[in-house]
Amino acid sequence: MAVPQSVETTFLFGRLTWQAFPLDEPIVVATFAVVALGGVALVGALTWFRLWGYLWREWFTSVDHKKIGIMYMVLGIIMLLRGFADAVMMRLQQAMAFNGSEGYLNAHHYDQIFTAHGVIMIFFVAMPLVTGLMNYVVPLQIGARDVSFPFLNNFSFWMTVGGAVLVMASLFVGEFAQTGWLAYPPLSNIGYSPWVGVDYYIWGLQVAGVGTTLSGINLVCTIVKMRAPGMSLMKMPVFTWTSLCTNVLIVASFPVLTAVLALLSLDRYVGTNFFTNDFGGNPMMYVNLIWIWGHPEVYILILPLFGVFSEVTSTFSGKRLFGYTSMVYATVVITVLSYLVWLHHFFTMGSGASVNSFFGITTMIISIPTGAKIFNWLFTMYRGRIRFDLPMMWTVAFMLTFTVGGMTGVLLAVPPADFVLHNSLFLIAHFHNVIIGGVLFGLFAGIAYWWPKAFGFKLDPFWGKVSFWCWVVGFWLAFMPLYILGLMGVTRRMRVFDDPSLQIWFIIAGLGAALIAVGIAAMLLQFFVSIMRREKLADDTGDPWDGRTLEWSTSSPPPAYNFAFTPVVHDNDAWWDMKKRGYSRPLSGYRPIHMPKNTGTGVILAGLSTVVGFALIWYIWWLAAVGFVALLVTAIGHTFNYHRDFHIPVEEVTRTEEARTELLAARS
Amino acid sequence: MATAADQAVPTFYVKDEHDHAEGGSTMLGFWIYLMSDCLIFAILFAVYGVLGTNYAAGPAPKDLFDLSLVAVNTTMLLLSSITYGFAMLSMEKNRVAATQAWLGVTGLFGLAFLGIELYEFAHMIHEGATPQRSGFLSAFFTLVGTHGLHVTFGIIWLVTLMIQVGQRGLIAANRRRLMCLSMFWHFLDVIWIGVFTFVYLMGMLR
Repeated sequence: MAVPQSVETTFLFGRLTWQAFPLDEPIVVATFAVVALGGVALVGALTWFRLWGYLWREWFTSVDHKKIGIMYMVLGIIMLLRGFADAVMMRLQQAMAFNGSEGYLNAHHYDQIFTAHGVIMIFFVAMPLVTGLMNYVVPLQIGARDVSFPFLNNFSFWMTVGGAVLVMASLFVGEFAQTGWLAYPPLSNIGYSPWVGVDYYIWGLQVAGVGTTLSGINLVCTIVKMRAPGMSLMKMPVFTWTSLCTNVLIVASFPVLTAVLALLSLDRYVGTNFFTNDFGGNPMMYVNLIWIWGHPEVYILILPLFGVFSEVTSTFSGKRLFGYTSMVYATVVITVLSYLVWLHHFFTMGSGASVNSFFGITTMIISIPTGAKIFNWLFTMYRGRIRFDLPMMWTVAFMLTFTVGGMTGVLLAVPPADFVLHNSLFLIAHFHNVIIGGVLFGLFAGIAYWWPKAFGFKLDPFWGKVSFWCWVVGFWLAFMPLYILGLMGVTRRMRVFDDPSLQIWFIIAGLGAALIAVGIAAMLLQFFVSIMRREKLADDTGDPWDGRTLEWSTSSPPPAYNFAFTPVVHDNDAWWDMKKRGYSRPLSGYRPIHMPKNTGTGVILAGLSTVVGFALIWYIWWLAAVGFVALLVTAIGHTFNYHRDFHIPVEEVTRTEEARTELLAARS
Repeated sequence: MATAADQAVPTFYVKDEHDHAEGGSTMLGFWIYLMSDCLIFAILFAVYGVLGTNYAAGPAPKDLFDLSLVAVNTTMLLLSSITYGFAMLSMEKNRVAATQAWLGVTGLFGLAFLGIELYEFAHMIHEGATPQRSGFLSAFFTLVGTHGLHVTFGIIWLVTLMIQVGQRGLIAANRRRLMCLSMFWHFLDVIWIGVFTFVYLMGMLR
């Protein structure tokens, strides 16, 4: 694919020309055809069934944390399909490109794929899924009616969507970065990446990053300020605790990403010398800065899932969580330590033995609180009455898989070993081991666990188990060969190979990926089948698992206001305590409930930001300027609206609550 | 055996609930936002720390900075913080006109600060000390410019609030907004103290 070397720009379209559409790439054209047909079908269906108004009023403009949470999950799952398609393409290429074969992907395309895979999986799969889960569950767990800043919550979500839209657009308009997911300079600088790929990367992440930072601030405030009476910090459910730590990490690390990407864009757009090789720039500064964000980021991803595993283990063992206090302290210690280890990502930079030792030791220390958590879960299960429902199965698979990933991590933390394994497939296997085995398995546990809360019916267990076994076995099959290849010295991001003896391992890894594909398909089928059989799988109690925390005390799905009466908490398993001590649901004395109003401003602001991002990527300066002014005017205009809330009338609350009373009575 | 104490059912929900005051988390939220912004400045300071002496055979601080100009500039910003304080005192006394007037004065000081900064930038660029010239100058322009950009947005916000106070008076929502801008404005002052010390004063010592 020809990359225009000398950039010709026109006033109207900047550097966007017909060349920007990769018509010479049959794979991209075919993908585009499928996406376009699917898109037209979807838009047509929505129009035919007159769903646009409904979607706009009830979902897109909603400030309800539950709906926003669900929209985050939908975004994450859609993007998972894209990110996984990239993974399959890489596996296929690497399994084929031996004995002089070039495979089926040219270098320009392949390099975009491994970059897009990493970026999408971290920023647009793991982050939205984790944020969605926290958004949905945290306010319910702390007995609140919404988050601290409901409008901001909606805006954050749409900014994340805006970033995802930019990254997806790069598939069909122009190109994506060919730099690897962290876009190290000088490769990502204008001299080596002259076209739009890195700019798509920068603006996609900047737009989404604003959303992530704001949602972090929002959830920290929510947890600090909006807990139900009686819920002191040490009575918070563990998931809320891990969410708090995660959001503190988000607030304290995403600004670093924003700053470092801003500096990279200055280098690219203005010609400054932050990360250049001459005129006093320093490329290693970029690597340091981005990992000062990047290492906390991996704990942002895993901590909430540690919370999920804690909730699931204690619920499905029918026991109070073992070592609650140590669990909380372990979480906090990991939070702090996550800032003291960033240099282990580049021991080979050559900072010297003392610096490397420091970061090697801090890295190894992290395994101590993490190990403590594993033991806490095991002791929770010990002599418990364990029910092996789907969430618990994911949890056990996590404990086995993640521990191996943790051990290889400690191995990599030893600087001399890292000098051998740096940038090898061993590293790739390690972080997939912890991200799939930890984050993804945790998300699946969380989805299976809270699905009945969100929709009022359980997930179909059969297809869930099919998905589970395909995922778990597929994971081991796909990544164990990479450990072996890494130990043999194979580096990451290779497109073709010379040594034919390696091929068998890549073929095995490819089979693993195929098995994971079946796992994903089974999971989608599980959602579909469950929705079809929702009458049979229905749960009217609101408490299908015999739960322990407050979200199970309200109906499934919860009413817009979550709780007709704010709960009062006496114990860290608040709902368990209520059930045990004879709580009876109040049947009268309802009051009107004060709630925030829906607004379309979030969608508009995020849409404008996306347009500005697109204009900057393509050097369409007039559009960027117009978009920016529109952004400013809309934002200021929004502050002139002082009527942002309303009361749910008492009649409506009464009606909703009485319907639930009838449902509960019919059941018993 | 269950004791009598176990059997007594405690209160499990708030029976007589009132609406929560709107904006109860706003101050905390804004504080956290400011700290995240502070982190951006921290990174820019760190970058300046790393690149600050990489002159690439170009001009150094001593060749460029005019301390007396910077002193005037600093005075403008510090005075604007004081006058913002007066605006807040007027707000406490419920004086709409005085609040607006002090906000206006604050905005003028802010504009004076920006004017001097832009003059300084223009002068430097005219001398050939552009952001592209060296790592030092890239870091300098970015750090000082980011601060200036914040002041610019602060002024836009300030004008917006003057209008809103004019429209609706010193209602609770407007007081909360004035308080947030107050924190923002003083925060920028603190950042500038850092810039003044680490960039200008220490730059002249090198």
